[in-house]
Amino acid sequence: MSFSTVLSASMFGLKVEFIHVEADVSNGLPAFQMVGYLSSEVKEAAERVRTAIRNSGLDFPAKKTVINLAPATMKKRGAAFDLPIAVSILLSLGRLDSEAVRSMLILGELSLDGKVRKVPGILPIVAEARAAGIHACMVPRVNAAEGALVEGIDVIGVESLEETYRYLSGKVQIAPETYPAVKQQGETVHGLDYGDICGQAAVKRAAEVAVAGGHNLLLIGPPGSGKSMTAQRIPTIFPDMTLEESMEVTKIYSILGMLDSEKPLIQNRPFRSVHHTSTKAALVGGGKIPVPGEISLAHGGVLFLDELPEFQKNVLEVLRQPLEDHQVRITRSQGSYLFPANFTLVAAMNPCPCGCYPDMNRCTCTPGQIQHYLGKLSQPFLDRMDICVEAPRVEYESLCAKGREETSAQIRERVCRAREVQNRRYQGTGILTNAMLGVQETNRWCVLGEAEETLMKQAFSSLGLTARTYYKILKVARTIADLDGEEQILEKHLKEAVGYRTLDKKYWGR
Amino acid sequence: MNPYEYWLAALSISDRKKTLLCKYMKSAEGVYYIEETTLNRFRFLNERDCNTMIQAKKIWDLQGEYDRLLKKQVRLVTCQNPEYPKKLADIPDKPYALYVKGSLPDERLPGVAIVGARNCSRYGEKYAFEFAQSLSGHGIQVISGLARGIDGVSQRGALVGQGKTFAVLGSGVDICYPRENIGLYGDILEMGGGILSELPPGTPPKPYHFPKRNRIISGLSDLLLVMEAREKSGSLITADMALEQGKDVYALPGPVDSSLSRGCHQLIRQGAGILISPEMLLEEMGISGGNFQEKNAEAKKMLESLEDMVYSSVVLYPRNIGQIMDESGLSAQEVLETLVSLEIKGYVQEVSKNYYVRV
Repeated sequence: MSFSTVLSASMFGLKVEFIHVEADVSNGLPAFQMVGYLSSEVKEAAERVRTAIRNSGLDFPAKKTVINLAPATMKKRGAAFDLPIAVSILLSLGRLDSEAVRSMLILGELSLDGKVRKVPGILPIVAEARAAGIHACMVPRVNAAEGALVEGIDVIGVESLEETYRYLSGKVQIAPETYPAVKQQGETVHGLDYGDICGQAAVKRAAEVAVAGGHNLLLIGPPGSGKSMTAQRIPTIFPDMTLEESMEVTKIYSILGMLDSEKPLIQNRPFRSVHHTSTKAALVGGGKIPVPGEISLAHGGVLFLDELPEFQKNVLEVLRQPLEDHQVRITRSQGSYLFPANFTLVAAMNPCPCGCYPDMNRCTCTPGQIQHYLGKLSQPFLDRMDICVEAPRVEYESLCAKGREETSAQIRERVCRAREVQNRRYQGTGILTNAMLGVQETNRWCVLGEAEETLMKQAFSSLGLTARTYYKILKVARTIADLDGEEQILEKHLKEAVGYRTLDKKYWGR
Repeated sequence: MNPYEYWLAALSISDRKKTLLCKYMKSAEGVYYIEETTLNRFRFLNERDCNTMIQAKKIWDLQGEYDRLLKKQVRLVTCQNPEYPKKLADIPDKPYALYVKGSLPDERLPGVAIVGARNCSRYGEKYAFEFAQSLSGHGIQVISGLARGIDGVSQRGALVGQGKTFAVLGSGVDICYPRENIGLYGDILEMGGGILSELPPGTPPKPYHFPKRNRIISGLSDLLLVMEAREKSGSLITADMALEQGKDVYALPGPVDSSLSRGCHQLIRQGAGILISPEMLLEEMGISGGNFQEKNAEAKKMLESLEDMVYSSVVLYPRNIGQIMDESGLSAQEVLETLVSLEIKGYVQEVSKNYYVRV
């Protein structure tokens, strides 16, 4: 038998495409030819495969070998085709029986000595294979735990080409990988806790409200006031991720090959801190065949932008659409790719270039400099920050105060209750949190009493609110009421929400 | 005012020499027609001055420049002009001429200069405004420099007090610096005040112009009020010049830990008068203090007890929620809620995120 075919797969964005690896070995001038719209790393597989087969103690005869990766219209990338190509050649040479690879999907990169190296994207591919009714997946040993997260399909982890050969020819047995260890519900593994932060009551409260309602948070404060510390601990007060959420997040990390081989399932909410030199592509995703960016890596968790005004303006502007839609669509000539991006944005900035405004004893900035500094942020971007709070300079007394600080677990309990209230209220509407309410839904769910109506009317004129900030305040007030366990939004909830409104550049720095 | 005066005023030799030349030659026209060869007879003119004058005569389009000046509606008042302010004429190093848009201060009315930091606090702003408003309400002319901060605020206060106010610029009178005070610039002229400068129209603002113009501010006034000043600041230069010119200097005391009040305290230590209230100042000036009522006492009555507690912790310097929490013993939420209701009622203002000051 000179012709054979092996099933493999490749990622296109978040989509899995099955690829048929075909091999034909015939008599003729010795040659190794690969076709099927291949990128250069796939073409290089020829040398790796040929050497790996020889170094695994198997014979590679001098014959004409043709490899085809079908469908031929799709550009193939990555090194995961090495192993299926090698297996298909062994099939064509008659060293293996085609029965052995029936209903089996194979993935893996080969090194020259025949070892199988890890490849990205195992989890989504295995999940897709199971959905397609395939019985088994053969993956690199280091990726096996990741593949085993998908139940109802056999995941065979292999170490080397030789082992693969012995397994497929029935000489050894490899037990399918078992479901990897995952943490139990309620178990904390963060190592971070709000109990570590002294004082800063207002900031902690703002973080609690932000998480409870899925609102974006802007922290303003002088250098060294604990903005980053606060932000890092925000994931610890989120409700635990459900298995579904975990799988969704793990898939994204799988595509980028960022999973731990021992504990592949991501159960802690991601915290992605992005440096201000990031590019647009790094943030939202990009590339010729787009890969997810930081906002997708922060899916279900927190995206932290420190030193917000230092970011390039156009980089921040690309965040506006994902912040509204909770996903990002990247379009290329060969197709468009949709990545999830439902994250809580936490940003931190100084109030002025030196960081000390409005303390006139310390601040050395002129009003012009402050305006220029704030000018780096666009008002539409600022308007997307629902909650804005000051992180004050920490005084020595509060640093060594021995008062008992609330722990993350205590805060998380309240957050979970508020989230449950929201889940009940928005059941079946596709809305998860108060922050996702549209204008109509806001009018429906954030009904104000007479006294509250009057308060908002006064606030609207005396504080110069805009329509957008008005709705933001209502939504935040809804969350505060939910935290309080109140059905109705009361005056105190509204007042607190007004206090959190985003900064208006007009009134700043004068 | 004639083309020759404009030529002389725009000439870049010192004011003292210009004045002396005029004294010898009787008029600017006379100066213009001095023979080149006889210039060196004036011993106070050095070679550079002579060359400057000869050059200026060659390139200066006498009538054309003068027409342009008239077009800009700028008047030129030289020290030979009877309109030239007497108070200014008495100071050493008086300017040879003033360019004027609008009017000059009325010689018969008292003038008070109010100066202070550009980057001032709400505290300084509040009192600059109050003093200026009260003084101008009693017919006193407020003189300042149209700068950002105290200068601008006090001139605004003077306008609110329905009085005239005069701005001495460190640029040409046709240039409004800083740009943001263009509204004030227009209002000063509209209310019958004036914009003055010793620099020809079109001169851009340069750092070295400002210390020089300060002598005119103090020179035009009878006394000088320093509202807020750092240790090394232009306001202290003005105060020094005022003392040199024999004018009284008053300073506004502030918190001892505020760097913005350090200059004022230094002045007080050196014997400057202490500004306590506009009434007391008016009294000292021999003008009866009006009925200036306490606004805050009235406002307080309308507040609930919680609001009253928080309001008493809010001062004229920005304070944040944490500081107010410590002082009042309330929780973060309570403080924030109360501050928002005070803000809605218009008693406090958020100047930076979660920083509040009294209005």
